[in-house]
Amino acid sequence: MEIPIKLTVNGEVVERRVEPRLLLVNFLRDVLGLTGTHVGCDTSSCGACTILMDGKAVKSCTLLAVQADGAELVTVEGLAKNGELHPIQEGFWQEHGLQCGFCTPGMIMAAYQLLEENPNPSEEEIRHALEGNYCRCTGYHNIVKSVQYAAKKLNR
Amino acid sequence: MYPAPFEYHRARSVDEAISLLSQYGSDAKLIAGGHSLLPMMKLRLATPAHLIDIRTIDGLQYIEDKGDYIAIGAGTSHAAIEKSDLLKQKMPLLPQAAAVIGDPQVRNMGTIGGSLAHADPAADYPAAVLAAGAQLVAVGEDGERVIPAEEFFVELFQTDLDEREILTEIRVPVISGNTRGAYLKFPHPASRFAIVGCAALVTLENNVCSDVRVAFTGVASTAFRDSGVEDALRGQPLNESTIQKAAEQAAESDELEIMEDNFASEDYRRHLAKVYAKRTLMQIASAF
Ligand SMILES: Cc1cc2nc3c(=O)[nH]c(=O)nc-3n(C[C@H](O)[C@H](O)[C@H](O)COP(=O)(O)OP(=O)(O)OC[C@H]3O[C@@H](n4cnc5c(N)ncnc54)[C@H](O)[C@@H]3O)c2cc1C
Ligand code: FES
Ligand code: FES
Repeated sequence: MEIPIKLTVNGEVVERRVEPRLLLVNFLRDVLGLTGTHVGCDTSSCGACTILMDGKAVKSCTLLAVQADGAELVTVEGLAKNGELHPIQEGFWQEHGLQCGFCTPGMIMAAYQLLEENPNPSEEEIRHALEGNYCRCTGYHNIVKSVQYAAKKLNR
Repeated sequence: MYPAPFEYHRARSVDEAISLLSQYGSDAKLIAGGHSLLPMMKLRLATPAHLIDIRTIDGLQYIEDKGDYIAIGAGTSHAAIEKSDLLKQKMPLLPQAAAVIGDPQVRNMGTIGGSLAHADPAADYPAAVLAAGAQLVAVGEDGERVIPAEEFFVELFQTDLDEREILTEIRVPVISGNTRGAYLKFPHPASRFAIVGCAALVTLENNVCSDVRVAFTGVASTAFRDSGVEDALRGQPLNESTIQKAAEQAAESDELEIMEDNFASEDYRRHLAKVYAKRTLMQIASAF
């Protein structure tokens, strides 16, 4: 039986009927067409599917769409404003924080929560906060630099 | 990967969840954070016909000072416990265990009630609640009962909870000024679950250990208190040589069946238990 859900995605109210077993990441990608959120492992490990739910970074492959009823979601598509990249996105560009780019949206969303809670993280704190995100291109060094770039810019 | 189809129910109160559990019996499963259950459902290791959401219940997420104990709602996330100043001050074992569960995203969704009810032999909280001497509150059709942590973990993935009961609250005693605690684990490098985790609380009176509580996770099919280590340290001063002697007793009980898998043999787990007993107790000694 399909269940009605109503939630906010990147500032817009969305109402749909969904099958209970529909995963949140498939709701975003296949129902709403927001393909910025990636599916890497599909087993809660890699963090490619990370989005913000009520301000907290979560793995959308390990949530049901019905569990997000009433929630406010932000995906990577919701970060740029008026055609201007968010400072975290800009950081990944400036500091070469991506190679194939597959892990990037998840990295950016996890970094977003970190910088909300801790605007001046040390390198160690950045690495710790990104423990749930894997980069198969292993570009961790520049990912850390990208987050540092963003922290600096956001604090200016 | 999709779970098998199921019917979804949103419980708005504990009573509603219990009546749904009574109605559907063993066809139903509660879902809290879903971070143990959904991975199992995606692999079809669990195929409940009815899923009862308890994240939608108001009032299962709290950390409250009750004087001699702290009450933690079963729906409280690992992240909230990790960051709780009240717990850091009055029962630091729980925030220490919460802080090393999985990764930030897992800690945002996973709940203490879900972790305890799931009873994974490598989960972190079980050792912490045993060492803390916690009491677990379960509510069912016949009302409420309070289960000491020591009676809660029955077998691998099996607890004392009836399938029609809900865990609603975890009560952890407040530590006194001359008690220190620590939780340390040797994490699996990929999953971050504990290969061995050690939680300990030590009380010093007149410079000797008057009370010692040491519990392990990851070692056997359930978390357990290790009386070998506890007895060896009780009545002794707390220094490197008494700690070394006590730690050598870790995981030596004849009744203990130590787990063995691809990652760690029985001997290696027993060895790690001794190493982690020592590290945990040394950390406690340095905190006095
Ligand atoms: C990538 C990853 C890494 C992880 N690493 C660790 C780790 O290092 N250490 C660790 O300890 N855990 C780890 N976990 C597990 C995590 O802590 C889970 O959140 C936790 O085990 C289950 O909590 P939950 O709220 O998600 O429960 P759910 O998955 O919703 O439920 C788990 C089980 O408990 C039952 N249940 C839930 N709530 C209640 C209740 N109130 N009363 C009765 N039954 C209930 C459910 O019916 C189900 O059977 C990890 C998980 C993932 C995905
Ligand atoms: S796709 Fe969700 S964690 Fe890997
Ligand atoms: S840039 Fe390729 S996976 Fe990270």
